[in-house]
Amino acid sequence: MGFLRTTVVIVGAGHAGLAMSRCLAERAIDHVVLERGEVANAWRTRWPSLRLLTPNWQSRLPGFGYAGDDPDGYRSLPQTIDFLERYAGYIGAPVRSHTAVTSVRRTEDGYAVSTTRGEWRCRAVVLASGECNVANVPALAAGLPAGVASLTPLEYRGAEALGPGGVLVVGASATGVQLADEIRRSGRPVTLAVGEHIRMPRRYRGRDIQWWMDAAGILDQRYDEIPDLERARNVPSLQLAGFPDGRAVDLNALTALGVELVGRLAALRDGKALFSGSLANQAALSDLKMNRLLDAIDDWALRAGRGVALEPPRRFAPTRIEASPRLSLDLRRGAIRTVLWATGFRPDYSWLHVPVLDRKGRIRHDGGVVTESPGLYLLGAPFLRRRKSALIDGAGADARELSAHLAARLADRRLAA
Amino acid sequence: MTTVAEKEVNNGVDVAALLGAREALTQAPEGAKFAWRASCKWMDGTHSRVAVKGFHGLGQEQSHRTEFSFDMDHPEIFASQDNGATPVEMVLTGLAGCLTAGVAAVAQHRRIQLRSVTATLEGSMDIRGILGIDPEVRNGFDGIRVRFHIDADATREEIEALVAQSQKRSAVYDIVTNPTNVTVSVA
Repeated sequence: MGFLRTTVVIVGAGHAGLAMSRCLAERAIDHVVLERGEVANAWRTRWPSLRLLTPNWQSRLPGFGYAGDDPDGYRSLPQTIDFLERYAGYIGAPVRSHTAVTSVRRTEDGYAVSTTRGEWRCRAVVLASGECNVANVPALAAGLPAGVASLTPLEYRGAEALGPGGVLVVGASATGVQLADEIRRSGRPVTLAVGEHIRMPRRYRGRDIQWWMDAAGILDQRYDEIPDLERARNVPSLQLAGFPDGRAVDLNALTALGVELVGRLAALRDGKALFSGSLANQAALSDLKMNRLLDAIDDWALRAGRGVALEPPRRFAPTRIEASPRLSLDLRRGAIRTVLWATGFRPDYSWLHVPVLDRKGRIRHDGGVVTESPGLYLLGAPFLRRRKSALIDGAGADARELSAHLAARLADRRLAA
Repeated sequence: MTTVAEKEVNNGVDVAALLGAREALTQAPEGAKFAWRASCKWMDGTHSRVAVKGFHGLGQEQSHRTEFSFDMDHPEIFASQDNGATPVEMVLTGLAGCLTAGVAAVAQHRRIQLRSVTATLEGSMDIRGILGIDPEVRNGFDGIRVRFHIDADATREEIEALVAQSQKRSAVYDIVTNPTNVTVSVA
């Protein structure tokens, strides 16, 4: 059986893989983009109401950007898929659709990439298969009593597709707060279990919060210049939603909707959900963190001068937490019919047969360069090379730098040969 | 013009050693498995005496410099001899010690000089629970309130952040706010 040959295989035709394809094409490096589904595959499998958390103007890919008349809007799923499809077409990316990678392993001078449509041999592999392939469900979910449906955000298809009755949403980062908002608005009682989270206003001083973080250079902070990279790579996603009306989804907004806040889900015991008593401190930590960011933005705005801020500084009301939030909820009594696990996502590297995973199944890398396995690169992971690395807007700069590294390596090898 | 010297901050916490331990145990997580122990001897009535000395950590048996001993009892209004603090007060003691140590460590890490730190704690309890009068009433605290008074070279917001971070990293805070499996057996 023959092999297909190319210089670089990119795994995944999402924004990161496409950005890398563009950068390699600019360097005339032969490559293919292998995609198990179609371009923007992850966006085709999310719940229908999801919108990007970043405004339209902020999706800047190498050689491509937003050209419509609503730069401050947030893309719907169909718009996001359309945007990435147009980008793939614009750059002429050599995408092989419906080609699932089943194995990546080392060869003498590079990598062998097995797929459902043949095997590729190449000098380098760029992993751009995404960070959210699998929804995390904590082990304690095994203790759910019969009769309570268990659902992940990847299975969720809108509030109306849920059965009737109350919903316990576990997790209050971007996914959890959006779904709590949406499900509560469908009329269902919602209880939200809140652990560590990052409160963030959608707009501040007349501008989108993403505008501030972009303009003030916060999103451009580099991985090799921040003190605790491990921590920065693991911060929860911001409590933001891209609803067309720009509404807030912080805990106060959810309380106003009638969502009941409880502490982190700590255990399921005898059919009862037990919640941590730490909710007040989680809220306090989050308020402090938000205010530190707003302080930094105000300082930057002062230095940047007139016209930057459109409104004077303000501080938001502290998160309101009941004096004694509920510590347990009997799931056998019928009030809760569905538990939705908004407890994060993780990548699936079950097909990566190169020993570069850490204890938690994440790839060990230095700014996207997998140093333990030369020629292997990672793209699109949180804080890969800069704070915005996981955003569509972050893929361009990372892909440029990594493609330069990759090109230098190929050139070195050629000289040595 | 004055030059600002690097602020000398000393709260008596060796942050470098703590950060070194964190780094080392990231590489060798098996060394991070600790076991803490106490042994308790009934004296008389509700009076008991607990001792702590040995513990396990960093892959081997460890020991305090000396054995520490604590008496526990109940006050006279419980018809007891009041030879020591009640066990529930010992829980408050543990929480206070843990949060206060955390405040000092976080302050040192954040280069905040502490001048004084005091904490007062109160745990409220309806004793109809332990007396078996009403099964709806739980035995333990229905709430714990901790109030810190901190004098330090820092803004109010920085001090609030110290206290919040100390809760986030506290073992005893975690123990009292989250359920823990407890196994009791008879030898």
